[in-house]
Amino acid sequence: MSWLDKLVPASITRSDKKRESIPEGLWVKCEQCDTVLFKAELERNWDVCPKCAHHMRMGARDRLTRFLDPEPQVEIGGEVEPVDILKFRDSKKYKDRITQTQKQVQETDALVVMRGALNGLPLVAAAFEFRFMGGSMGSVVGERFVRGVERAIEERIPFICFTASGGARMQEGLFSLMQMAKTSAALTRLSKAGLPYIVILTDPTTGGVSASLAMLGDIQIAEPNALIGFAGPRVIQDTVRETLPEGFQRSEFLLEHGVVDMIVDRRNMQTKVGNLLSILMARPASQPNAS
Amino acid sequence: MNANFLEFEQPIAELEAKIEGLRYATGDVEVNIGEEIQRLESKCEALTKSIFAKLTPWQISQLARHPLRPYTLDYIKRIFTDFEELHGDRAFADDAAIVGGIGRLDGQSVMVIGHQKGRDTKEKIKRNFGMPKPEGYRKAKRLMTMAERFKMPVLTFIDTPGAYPGIDAEERGQSEAIAHNLFVMANLKVPIICTVIGEGGSGGALAIGVGDCVNMLQYATYSVISPEGCASILWKSSERAADAASAMGITSDRLLEMELVDQVINEPLGGAHRDVDAMAGSIKASLLSALTEVGALSADHLIARRTEKINSFGRFKDIA
Repeated sequence: MSWLDKLVPASITRSDKKRESIPEGLWVKCEQCDTVLFKAELERNWDVCPKCAHHMRMGARDRLTRFLDPEPQVEIGGEVEPVDILKFRDSKKYKDRITQTQKQVQETDALVVMRGALNGLPLVAAAFEFRFMGGSMGSVVGERFVRGVERAIEERIPFICFTASGGARMQEGLFSLMQMAKTSAALTRLSKAGLPYIVILTDPTTGGVSASLAMLGDIQIAEPNALIGFAGPRVIQDTVRETLPEGFQRSEFLLEHGVVDMIVDRRNMQTKVGNLLSILMARPASQPNAS
Repeated sequence: MNANFLEFEQPIAELEAKIEGLRYATGDVEVNIGEEIQRLESKCEALTKSIFAKLTPWQISQLARHPLRPYTLDYIKRIFTDFEELHGDRAFADDAAIVGGIGRLDGQSVMVIGHQKGRDTKEKIKRNFGMPKPEGYRKAKRLMTMAERFKMPVLTFIDTPGAYPGIDAEERGQSEAIAHNLFVMANLKVPIICTVIGEGGSGGALAIGVGDCVNMLQYATYSVISPEGCASILWKSSERAADAASAMGITSDRLLEMELVDQVINEPLGGAHRDVDAMAGSIKASLLSALTEVGALSADHLIARRTEKINSFGRFKDIA
């Protein structure tokens, strides 16, 4: 404590603790730089802090509807819904957990898939919903992903995926592990069909999702400073019992170690992905917003 | 307490120690030692049967990690002839947590790949407790694609706590290494027969576990996360591992019922470690019968069959 702090009475000392009592709705605080931001402005800025460029987590449906051209947007695999096959119960029944999460998040499971277009180029796009049980991959996520890939093969159009997941969904036991095999096998077929697969890794992507569909892109993109790895940092820390290096498992670390092709700011994502796909699909350079 | 016996095996250990004691007993001729030994042996067998008839999933997880449990190389030397071990991923290193090589199964050329744990402390460290790093998975991938070129079936043995969660493994792309194995195995043009012989630990197991037939020893386990890991996340305490083991359905009978494995290979009374030769014999028989089933299929047919199998994994409701 400095001499100045000692002089100031405790009642007017500024608390270092993050204040979380900002009124819901209108204002949001950047968790990185603490700047209070006008919510509408933040949304216009793709949920990227205009002050420090921190990329906040984004909902799957919100992301897809904004990323894709407004028309067409047709959901794929929405008819597939989760079941509690193991009658799994920890502190809560899995069945109840599903119902409760569905209500809270307004999604039926952790992956949203859409047939849409980007600057007029047709494609299938998938996005993980991290708020749905940590974006965990169970039977429904696997099935929707595969239906999306099959659709891309059928129409001979590219497939892209925004990942955000803690890994496999434990409540579905080995079924969830097998989704790693199932999604990867579908990507083998996409690859054999000569169609591009682009992965956009967002914060966080770990575990079973990371060790399958998230690492199989023809092109691997990461959003800035996203946590990406096989094992979570805490597990690694417990295993090796040493301090993890600065920036370990962050996008920049992955770029340095040759795991991703590029780091792309979310605000430039449409332009970047559009350009990559048009080159891979041998289409003329796209003109965003051209009529 | 005998360290080579698990807690629930202790009554068996005590009885066996008694029998051993009698064998070397001399002098006292009043009791017929032979008869007494026979009586105790049949008692021991009955006791073993009764203990093993009602094992809990948690006890089975302990059996799958039994200190005397046979490992991949124990089976390789009993099942295959002319085995030649091959080393290295050609890029970084040789990972001793995965062994692989070529050999013959009843005369037929095959590629064998398996996780390998160590028996004593020194070997445990060398084998990294059976937890592979990216170079291990990349070695496996190299051997699989080589098998494809020489039209040899790939036989894998699964026995790992999981892929190694370490700094160096992350730096070299653990996720990418596992993912690419799944990608390659989905489309490999030769039969792949997988046998879970001990611990089927998550993605680290699956990375050599996508196949046309996935078989499992009776007391092996296969799970998305270790019971301890699951308990510490969902129950906030690794002490609840027994509950997690039951909840996740990690044992061979349940996985067979859910059609996630194709066949369960029965173990000798008291577990694989009580009679390794007999166990190896049963595994060999199961490999041969699996090869008869899929060995004659054309590559296209084989891959179509495998794809259908992989796509069938998952349970959901389709409200369309």
